[in-house]
Amino acid sequence: MAKVLVVTSGKGGVGKTTSTAALGAALAQTGQNVVVVDFDVGLRNLDLVMGAERRVVFDLINVIQGDAKLSQALIRDKRIETLSILPASQTRDKDALTAEGVASVMAQLREKFDWVICDSPAGIERGAQLAMYHADHAIVVTNPEVSSVRDSDRIIGMLDSTTEKAKGGGKIEKHLLLTRYDPARAARGEMLRIEDVLEILSIPLLGIIPESEEVLRASNLGAPVTLSSPDSPPARAYAEAARRLEGEKLEVTVPVERKGLLASLFKGKS
Amino acid sequence: MSLFGSFFGRGSKTSAPVARDRLQILLAHERTGNGNESDLLNKLQAEILEVIKRHIAVDQDKVQVKLDRGNSVSMLEIDIEVPQMRPSGQP
Ligand SMILES: Nc1ncnc2c1ncn2[C@@H]1O[C@H](COP(=O)(O)OP(=O)(O)OP(=O)(O)O)[C@@H](O)[C@H]1O
Ligand SMILES: [Mg+2]
Repeated sequence: MAKVLVVTSGKGGVGKTTSTAALGAALAQTGQNVVVVDFDVGLRNLDLVMGAERRVVFDLINVIQGDAKLSQALIRDKRIETLSILPASQTRDKDALTAEGVASVMAQLREKFDWVICDSPAGIERGAQLAMYHADHAIVVTNPEVSSVRDSDRIIGMLDSTTEKAKGGGKIEKHLLLTRYDPARAARGEMLRIEDVLEILSIPLLGIIPESEEVLRASNLGAPVTLSSPDSPPARAYAEAARRLEGEKLEVTVPVERKGLLASLFKGKS
Repeated sequence: MSLFGSFFGRGSKTSAPVARDRLQILLAHERTGNGNESDLLNKLQAEILEVIKRHIAVDQDKVQVKLDRGNSVSMLEIDIEVPQMRPSGQP
């Protein structure tokens, strides 16, 4: 049965879109049928991060308003056959996103895919609420920083009250994804400690994604970081998080740059 | 120092030109307004479907027209799924 996931945070710029692309690609690479859905109407960016921007013609709003069929709006990834993207509209305003329209699209996506991953807009308003409404699981993306943690707390409250699951008396499964984590700064005491964030938010940890320049490189190239540099620390962290989503029990660690690789680089140079 | 920088920079710094090129193509299309592209694709789909239907029985969503924008040329990808290559007039 299909699983619907929302990637949400409250605070902007913490890594939702990066995480949606990376987790979507990692899950699809295991052979699962995955669609990533951009809910950031008016500010779509998932297409760019996925490298599909030149192929966007129809979008979520077109499908909701009946101007296009879902199959016309879905863009198949060129690298991974089992990965698709449903882009957001760049021009329409977010009021075009109706609750009934979203419900119907989500129902159709559930039929076609194993995983439906919704990239939420920042904030706690309508757009963010619609993105989370149909979710079975939520990935709460948080930076180890006070305002991000506070906003995540807000979002967790909403996940437990305003979603379809919550209204039906059920519970959304929540997972914490700590991103842009800098082990050196944490060691110097300049950053909130992982234990502290976990204690404050008290939801299970899905993964810790280190701060890395590979993330910027990936978005420059238009490839999820799990594809552009699969051996890099953030890619390995995302790949492991994806395996946890699939139910594997893996201990959470912070991947570091592989020493062997650096050493061999040095050897190759001399 | 600069030698060191360029050695380690290889691979990671060269992605910036790719980013610039991608943005140029994207923004060139967005600034001219791409509202007509969707109309064009819908029309193409409808008319292609019409022509196919004269000869083969196909569903509407088995004809897919997709676009890939390029710098100087764009690619139209037309995907037609037919059940069996049998003329529609015959049983
Ligand atoms: N692990 C990381 N290391 C370094 N940079 C990162 C990391 N994760 C995200 N970033 C950078 O942070 C910025 C914001 O990331 P992203 O767009 O994924 O956030 P977002 O939560 O989707 O933002 P918005 O709320 O605006 O939609 C981007 O420039 C991205 O490259
Ligand atoms: Mg985003």
